[in-house]
Amino acid sequence: MLETSANEPFVTGKVRLLHAAGMHARPAVKLTKLAKRFQAQISIRASETADWINAKSVAKVMAMRAPRDSTIEIKAHGEDAEAAVAALISLVAADFPEASA
Amino acid sequence: MSDTVGIVIVSHSKDIAKGTADMVRQMVGSEVKVAYCGGNPDGGLGTNVSLIIDAINDAWSSKGVAILVDLGGAETNSEMAVEMLEQERRKMVVVCNAPIVEGAVMAATEAAGGSSLEQVRAVAEELSAG
Repeated sequence: MLETSANEPFVTGKVRLLHAAGMHARPAVKLTKLAKRFQAQISIRASETADWINAKSVAKVMAMRAPRDSTIEIKAHGEDAEAAVAALISLVAADFPEASA
Repeated sequence: MSDTVGIVIVSHSKDIAKGTADMVRQMVGSEVKVAYCGGNPDGGLGTNVSLIIDAINDAWSSKGVAILVDLGGAETNSEMAVEMLEQERRKMVVVCNAPIVEGAVMAATEAAGGSSLEQVRAVAEELSAG
């Protein structure tokens, strides 16, 4: 699921959103909190939508309103970009477990 | 672990203040200090300067405190409470111009990452900026 493009220093990944209610408030808070642990610049978007949003902005992540079964694309660049993308993918893939802190 | 900005919730209703604090704790977690107050000493609706000062002290952090308020008097009484703090603490407390529930959750999310008081305020106020 993790792929690195040779031409640009971005690490990208994709993951299916399983959560029954989609990207609502609690998942958004968890995703943002996790993203903030990394130095990398991290952007996400719901697949097929035009705009990348800052994964560290809780207001923007909540406002994306991605529905269940949509695919979330993640891209990051910076020193720990690979770890950041991997961590976010496992958070979403595990359906935002309670004990993620 | 570095300190995080504390959050104070000031509503006219104790139930709203408590419910908002519960939401913050459940959604964001316990690493951010959250204090709340609401209602007047008779159990009715209102806000009270000395209760607000107590809440600021409860949520106090070396990084400062962000206050979220509901209507009118909650804001003026919060500003009065800040004025009554020792001078060196006054500049470490801000009253956010943000909706109380959403602002509290977003401010706490930002605070949990170790952000500064100004960053926490900016995130809470992003909501009112549209």
